[in-house]
Amino acid sequence: MYEFTYHRPGSVSEAAKLAGEHADGKILAGGQTLLPTMKQRLAGPSDLIDLSRLDDLRGIEVKGGVVTIKALTRHVTVATSADVKAAIPALAELAGMIGDPAVRNKGTIGGSVANNDPAADYPSACLALGATITTNKRAIKADDFFKGLFETALEEGEIITSISFPVPEKANYQKFRNPASRYALVGVFVAKTGGHVRVAVTGAGSRGVFRVKDFEAALDANFAPAALDGKSVAASGLNSDIHADAEYRAHLITVMAKRAVAAAA
Amino acid sequence: MTATGIGASVRRKEDFRFVTGKGRYTDDVNRPGQAHAYFVRSPHAHATINKIDATEALKTKGVLAVLTGDDIAADKVGGLICGWMIHSKDGSPMKAGAHPALAQGKVRYVGDHVAVVIAETYAIARDAGEKVVVDYTVLPANADTASAAKPGAPVVHDVAPDNMVYDWKLGDKDATDAAFAKAKHVTKLEIVNNRLVPNPMEPRAAVGDYDEGNESFTLYTTSQNPHVARLVLSAFIGIAPEHKLRVIAPDVGGGFGSKIFIYAEETICVWAAKKVRRPVKWTSDRTEAFLSDAHGRDHVTHAELALDEAGKILGLRVKTIANLGAYLSTFSSSVPTYLYAPLLSGQYNIPAIYAEVDGVYTNTTPVDAYRGAGRPEATFVVERLMEVAAREIGRDPADFRRQNFVTQFPHQTPVIMCYDGGDYPKSLDKALELADYASIGKRKAESARKGLLRGIGISAYIEACGIAPSAAVGSLGAGVGLWESAEVRVNPVGTVEILTGSHSHGQGHETTFAQLVSDRLGISIDNVAIVHGDTDKVQMGMGTYGSRSGAVGMSAIVKALDKIEAKAKKVAGHVLEASPDDIEFKNGKFSVKGTDKEIDFASVALQAYIAHKFNGQELEPGLKESAFYDPTNFTFPAGVHICELEIDPQTGVVAIDKWTAVDDFGNLINPMIVEGQVHGGIAQGIGQALFEGAVYNKDGQLLTASYMDYQMPRAGDLLSYDIAVTNTPCPSNPLGIKGCGEAGAIAAPPAVVNALTDALGHEDVPMPATPQTLWRAAQRAVTKAAAQ
Amino acid sequence: MTAVSMTVNGQHVSAEIDPRTLLVQFLREHLRLTGTHVGCDTSQCGCCVVHVNGDAIKSCTTLAATCDGADVVTIEGLAKGDVLHPMQAAFRENHGLQCGFCTPGMIMTAVELVRRKGTDLDEHTIREELEGNLCRCTGYHNIVKAIGAGAQAMGAAAE
Repeated sequence: MYEFTYHRPGSVSEAAKLAGEHADGKILAGGQTLLPTMKQRLAGPSDLIDLSRLDDLRGIEVKGGVVTIKALTRHVTVATSADVKAAIPALAELAGMIGDPAVRNKGTIGGSVANNDPAADYPSACLALGATITTNKRAIKADDFFKGLFETALEEGEIITSISFPVPEKANYQKFRNPASRYALVGVFVAKTGGHVRVAVTGAGSRGVFRVKDFEAALDANFAPAALDGKSVAASGLNSDIHADAEYRAHLITVMAKRAVAAAA
Repeated sequence: MTATGIGASVRRKEDFRFVTGKGRYTDDVNRPGQAHAYFVRSPHAHATINKIDATEALKTKGVLAVLTGDDIAADKVGGLICGWMIHSKDGSPMKAGAHPALAQGKVRYVGDHVAVVIAETYAIARDAGEKVVVDYTVLPANADTASAAKPGAPVVHDVAPDNMVYDWKLGDKDATDAAFAKAKHVTKLEIVNNRLVPNPMEPRAAVGDYDEGNESFTLYTTSQNPHVARLVLSAFIGIAPEHKLRVIAPDVGGGFGSKIFIYAEETICVWAAKKVRRPVKWTSDRTEAFLSDAHGRDHVTHAELALDEAGKILGLRVKTIANLGAYLSTFSSSVPTYLYAPLLSGQYNIPAIYAEVDGVYTNTTPVDAYRGAGRPEATFVVERLMEVAAREIGRDPADFRRQNFVTQFPHQTPVIMCYDGGDYPKSLDKALELADYASIGKRKAESARKGLLRGIGISAYIEACGIAPSAAVGSLGAGVGLWESAEVRVNPVGTVEILTGSHSHGQGHETTFAQLVSDRLGISIDNVAIVHGDTDKVQMGMGTYGSRSGAVGMSAIVKALDKIEAKAKKVAGHVLEASPDDIEFKNGKFSVKGTDKEIDFASVALQAYIAHKFNGQELEPGLKESAFYDPTNFTFPAGVHICELEIDPQTGVVAIDKWTAVDDFGNLINPMIVEGQVHGGIAQGIGQALFEGAVYNKDGQLLTASYMDYQMPRAGDLLSYDIAVTNTPCPSNPLGIKGCGEAGAIAAPPAVVNALTDALGHEDVPMPATPQTLWRAAQRAVTKAAAQ
Repeated sequence: MTAVSMTVNGQHVSAEIDPRTLLVQFLREHLRLTGTHVGCDTSQCGCCVVHVNGDAIKSCTTLAATCDGADVVTIEGLAKGDVLHPMQAAFRENHGLQCGFCTPGMIMTAVELVRRKGTDLDEHTIREELEGNLCRCTGYHNIVKAIGAGAQAMGAAAE
């Protein structure tokens, strides 16, 4: 790691102030992506603002058909939460598929969403469930939040405080893991909320998580795997790497989407 | 059999320290005043170094030195060596390019060592390392095995303008051509044996220390053979003469071949310790390990098998291009030659074999021995050919193998090896039964109903290990003898220390070797200590690789124990007032034949040291013996592994359903440990077949330089294995044992690929057969099936 | 420099450290607790797993500074003198280790797994839960067996 100045603020406002003051700084939540990146010297923030003392950013609440998960809630907590399992089982299952048990014991939902890694799992849930990301400044619709690879609508000094997921009628997440890294090679989150279907894909897109409107329309008409017969995402906008080329990813998106629909239905 | 003797699954003596975190690995060693090394490595696969500017780095607070190839040259530090001479067909010696520990004028692979920064802490050294400015002129890279020696390919070493290290052959070309000329059927295969990265979980590390008072060096290093390291560092690299250089390999966290070799990093640490007058420590991180640990395999092969009308094998022809990387690593030259082609006869009667191997340079990490070393590559060629040939001529693959098995011993193959014993049909029959081979059709139909493709694959492997008779390997070009040494020190109270030149880095020698001694001397296993891994304690040794510790290392102990027994009988004779010829030794007791006079081993030991009961001029006091054991042959473990699996054609995901292994390792010292060795070997073999592959792009950049891109087998990728053994004792060593460490890695890859291709309607697939690869192959198979 | 204090294996420790010090570096280099190992740079091998406030975490992906005030248990803190923890004993009894390098992380992962999922663990669960722990020696066969047996023994010990 490169040298950095370490801060451990005691409140969100203090953290936001520090983040605003140090433009080249980074916010440390669970650190499960940031610290490996820093260790490999792929990131060298001037300052590290450690949120670990902000205990009021932990917790899960289900109220009025909405699951609200505070930003520092760990993946393990979401995966094992009886409330989440009851309200949105697909979300708990997704949390239980992130990384490995030790990573889930540290990694947080806020950190994952703020980082917007193109192969992370949570962004697909946010998009498909129509989540709202709340920060210390405002509330942002998921559709407006994810802006591309590692890019979000967050501004300097803006810190995610919670994420709210409307409870869907049906939902499922199917993840095809990169065989080496175990990040999503293709992850497809399908949700039917208020009678309307959303399909979000992570891991595959060259510009990060995206929705498949074509699939959504077909599933709106008929929420069954067969509705996706013959449908596919164009390979042109998808990633190619040593593990999977764009054509294979495109194929997997349809397969995973059908499996998600079958599991949700 | 006693509870702790030969044949008992004794729980390991070494485990208490490992399960409590008290193991002592090289990175756990810290010397007073220790400084830390960081290696500046080449980011380019191929470049000339115009200038290295360390000015800024040297200004960094805490930096002690920045050393480069110029310093190596000024100090006349010798280059790293390759210790096995291979000759080309025309008799010319292999072309070994210079391999300085720090690059001199040119870098030849990504990760090549350019400079070392030594500083108070590793963080400072690494920070300063980024300030070392290297001016490179980047050259075109040569990174592809198949085309490495094609005209116009970038030249890696000037001594080999065509990038050919050697063009080597084995076998009788004319006889083989004649066999093919009369063949009724010829099976041909193009095979790529994928490049692997060994990946022991403990990364390499070294601590060099210089004692000014004694003008002597100590090197702590992650080595499978500390004595060989000392020999090379002394005799060739010239760090210090052997009596002034102590090499300690403490607990070592796995090796799999990659820790046999003498690398630049430990050379630099021990050399630099004198330069900076401070102990110097280096510990590899995982990405450095991917770049700088010698890789394994990497062959491109064309192979042909000739059959007569009855399905009998007439001949085998093989042409292999073997990628040796950018420099010749310590034993690299022998791996695709004498550790490979002599195994091409497999378990079969093959009257004529001819193999050609081109060893080529590329701008990639050096390639050397990795678990199995040459034998997995040979077995893959043979067992893929056998499977494909059986299918082509419409025969059951098991029956076709059985028809061609060697059944008479000794059996001289056309490629050097003389198999001394075995029962190949017995292992096959047992494996087929355990795998329920007969009802595979039913299981395939069940899978098909679920839309899944099921396949079964056999691999009948043989390997040659327990390397090796010194004179024999000497005649083939080895620069060292491959004997082993042992010393047995009996203490006055009857406890025993065994000093062995073998090295344990997971194999459990502290237990198995102690079992041997406990069994032989009739003493408690707790009274036996195994000492290894320190050149100041153990006088000499050749180390652990090629599944040799049991067959060669333990045989040396047996030989020393023979001497102990003979001497102890003399002592006992004096004590019991009988002729040594009348003394019998059994169950730890010396007795006079036909009487009830006896004395136990510990008492004899005491008498040997007290020396009151005999004339010290006629019989030396004390009880300590040593022996060097040179094997008379390789050992030939053989067996049959069967893999059964299921492919999801929609995704290409494969699940191995059942793994059956029947191995003949001769007599077993500790069945529990043997099984563990087989498990680990199979996992690495499955890894090669399904998961692992080092990938270079055309610029020579390693695209798989971390666990983010190189798939290590995980628990969830694997299964529990069904293991069984047969036993034909090895006739060439006193214990009747064969090597077991490499068998799984040798047997497994063709079993997997034969199962995959069985599931895929005989569509060939390359290794590693990743989901993407299998999905495409499944699409082809489905299309082909529909067309038929 | 940053001040940290924490409890490690029941002992209170405090130090002034470079803030970039990882927990594993703090344990190995400052406290000389070398049972916790480092096998990769990308948070995947699990050789470094320790317990922080009861959770199994990767100490190579945790800043020591973040652990200020925490209760840390390493492999050295598991046995009671010469009496092995049931999971340690199960690894030895079932030959769940060869070179021993991944073993501390495996055992720490396994102990926490039992806390989360109970003492009756099927093979599938154990294999899935070892997602973050690599072993190159054993092929996992005996590790899986050891964890199953160790979990049972932990249950029996708790009764």
